[in-house]
Amino acid sequence: MSSYRAVFDFLGLRAWCDEGAAGAVSMSDLLAKMGKDQEGSSLFSLPFPSLDVLNQSCSHLPRTRDLTIGIEKLFLWARSGLKSVLDPVTQPLSWLLDGAIHIATAIPWWLMLPAIVALSWQLTRSLKIAALVLCSLLILGFVDHLDAAMQTLAIIFVCTGTSVLIGVPIGIVMAKSDRLQRFITPLLDLLQTLPTFVYLIPLIFLFSVTESKLYGIAIIAYAIVPVIRLTDLGIRLVDPEVIEAADAFGMTPRQRLLRVELPLATPNIMAGVNQTIMMSLAMVVIASLVSAPGLGILVLRGINNLELGVGVVAGLGIVLLAVILDRTSKAALLRTGGHGAFSRGRQQ
Amino acid sequence: MTEAPKIRIRNLYKIFGATPSRMVPLVQDGLDKAALLERMNHVLGLQDINIDIHAGQVTVIMGLSGSGKSTLIRHLNRLVDPTSGAILVDGQDITTYSHGDLVELRRTKMSMVFQGFGLMPHQTILQNAALPLLVRGLSAAEAEKQARQWLTRVGLEGFETRYPYQLSGGMQQRVGIARALTSNADIMLMDEAFSALDPLIRKDMQDLLLELQKELKKTVVFITHDLDEALRLADHLVILKDGRIVQQGDPQQIVLNPADDYVNDFVRDINRAKVIRVRSVMSQMDPGISYCGDICGEANLERLIAASGGNPAHQYRVIEQGEPVGRIQLLDALKALLPHDAAPRH
Ligand SMILES: Nc1ncnc2c1ncn2[C@@H]1O[C@H](COP(=O)(O)OP(=O)(O)O)[C@@H](O)[C@H]1O
Ligand SMILES: [Mg+2]
Repeated sequence: MSSYRAVFDFLGLRAWCDEGAAGAVSMSDLLAKMGKDQEGSSLFSLPFPSLDVLNQSCSHLPRTRDLTIGIEKLFLWARSGLKSVLDPVTQPLSWLLDGAIHIATAIPWWLMLPAIVALSWQLTRSLKIAALVLCSLLILGFVDHLDAAMQTLAIIFVCTGTSVLIGVPIGIVMAKSDRLQRFITPLLDLLQTLPTFVYLIPLIFLFSVTESKLYGIAIIAYAIVPVIRLTDLGIRLVDPEVIEAADAFGMTPRQRLLRVELPLATPNIMAGVNQTIMMSLAMVVIASLVSAPGLGILVLRGINNLELGVGVVAGLGIVLLAVILDRTSKAALLRTGGHGAFSRGRQQ
Repeated sequence: MTEAPKIRIRNLYKIFGATPSRMVPLVQDGLDKAALLERMNHVLGLQDINIDIHAGQVTVIMGLSGSGKSTLIRHLNRLVDPTSGAILVDGQDITTYSHGDLVELRRTKMSMVFQGFGLMPHQTILQNAALPLLVRGLSAAEAEKQARQWLTRVGLEGFETRYPYQLSGGMQQRVGIARALTSNADIMLMDEAFSALDPLIRKDMQDLLLELQKELKKTVVFITHDLDEALRLADHLVILKDGRIVQQGDPQQIVLNPADDYVNDFVRDINRAKVIRVRSVMSQMDPGISYCGDICGEANLERLIAASGGNPAHQYRVIEQGEPVGRIQLLDALKALLPHDAAPRH
């Protein structure tokens, strides 16, 4: 319907609007015209002046779909340029993921299980947690989910490691510069609030679905946020008098960072790592849509084939993984603050 | 003082705000702290500070909270940068130093002790005390050897492997002092170093500092808001108000002749008999007088009053380093005991 014709007439743009469009009056336009004659122009039926509505009055204006097509065209246009930069930079991620998944599934179970249990004991020094890990893995193995669980663990391991490697330095520069912090914080908010599926769309444009880095990047982009935030926070929270003491005794900025700020920020950074692990786990399930292997694939099968049981068992497997990852990393976190100086605070 | 001062502060101004250097002329023309804040939205930190700090002495800077003491002491190692003025350390103007020069200065010439101790909570007492040497790149073994000696010197033998939070406040500050001494710097900056401690511990720490000072003869700049502490420690006393020096000089003279009401408020309520020394109120030698005894110049008036048994006419000879240097009568002492504003004019 061309409710806004009068506006364009009033602005003297009629000639420009009709130019070239005269010959090609579409069926819907004709219908709309007839409709208008019948309805009259009541204020109640006045549609919102959206792009689609305005387009009916003046075909020179773009429709919303034209806008989204524009974004797609822009993406396709930038694609080869972006790809030539991003492809080599992110290639190692594919190798790491493929390698880790391969190793995790190639090692025989009777070596892998003890190794994981030993690692969790090493990190936490807690027999209770080691026992919990062992039981969970045995249960997963018993229902034939061990391989899938190992693949999921391998992906989380690589993505968390990469997140720390990239996130901690970003957190450090953020802590050092208020301006950078003001600039990066909204980006982090964006990364955290974007619906998780949305990450996948531009990545599918850029990479082929068979490449591991596709889901790797999606997971990292989502899960890196807490490491960055908590590194920034941890460094900013270091007692200013301790920083002053470091400066007063002639530490260079580098010495101060390595000897004072990072060690004192470690409990906070570890809290960030714990969150990153949990967010990787959440994302790795969604990433199975773009061929990330592991338990998520089984959940997907449950959805696609309406095999309720498969989905439920895989879902419970994910819960088990979540529990052992959370307990282990939290206990490890407590141990990093184990001097007590962190938890108990200074006495005055 | 014949020797050149270790540190000279010349016409130092510090103003906090968006355009501090433009505010200096306004302050020089007499705009005060409150007016500067209200009209120009700048905080006056320090104005026209001139102090000579002599080697081997304890210079105490005193003032109410917010008077600019911390700002002033942080200029000496450039934790705060001046708005204008010069600071000469051993004749060199450190306000022109590059970052590299500053790191060197802080490593070799200055050490600092903090009100909240400023210890590294994640390191042991020994590592904390060794910090200045580790920062300089000495081997851990060598640094810890020296740190151990200083920890023993301040009475912390046996605590080397503990962490700061396991120690009481007084002991933590002993670590702070040991750390400052380990750095082996001539100059020791102490910002309200004892203010966070209980009165009794505080007195112990003052004694410790005086005892160390007798032996080590550091150039100490000590900040406090407590006059009793200032009088116990100071060779030279500087009184700050709103970023301005209201009086500086020999502490005894400041007690006896406060420059204005602000200083007088500080000195009014102290126990003068304990604080004022015979040397500060004695008269010239007079050969015609017979003395009923000798008294040391260092002694306070309490001692004189006790010695004279309350007889106001008794004359004493004042002895310093074995030499007679003056005479004193109990009457002089009694006059000096009156607060400044209560004394009759003559
Ligand atoms: N970084 C700063 N920015 C603005 N004002 C400051 C800053 N540091 C100190 N000041 C101000 O300078 C004055 C002196 O502060 P300070 O030196 O800490 O006083 P003191 O140590 O004597 O209590 C105070 O009015 C304080 O508010
Ligand atoms: Mg202060």
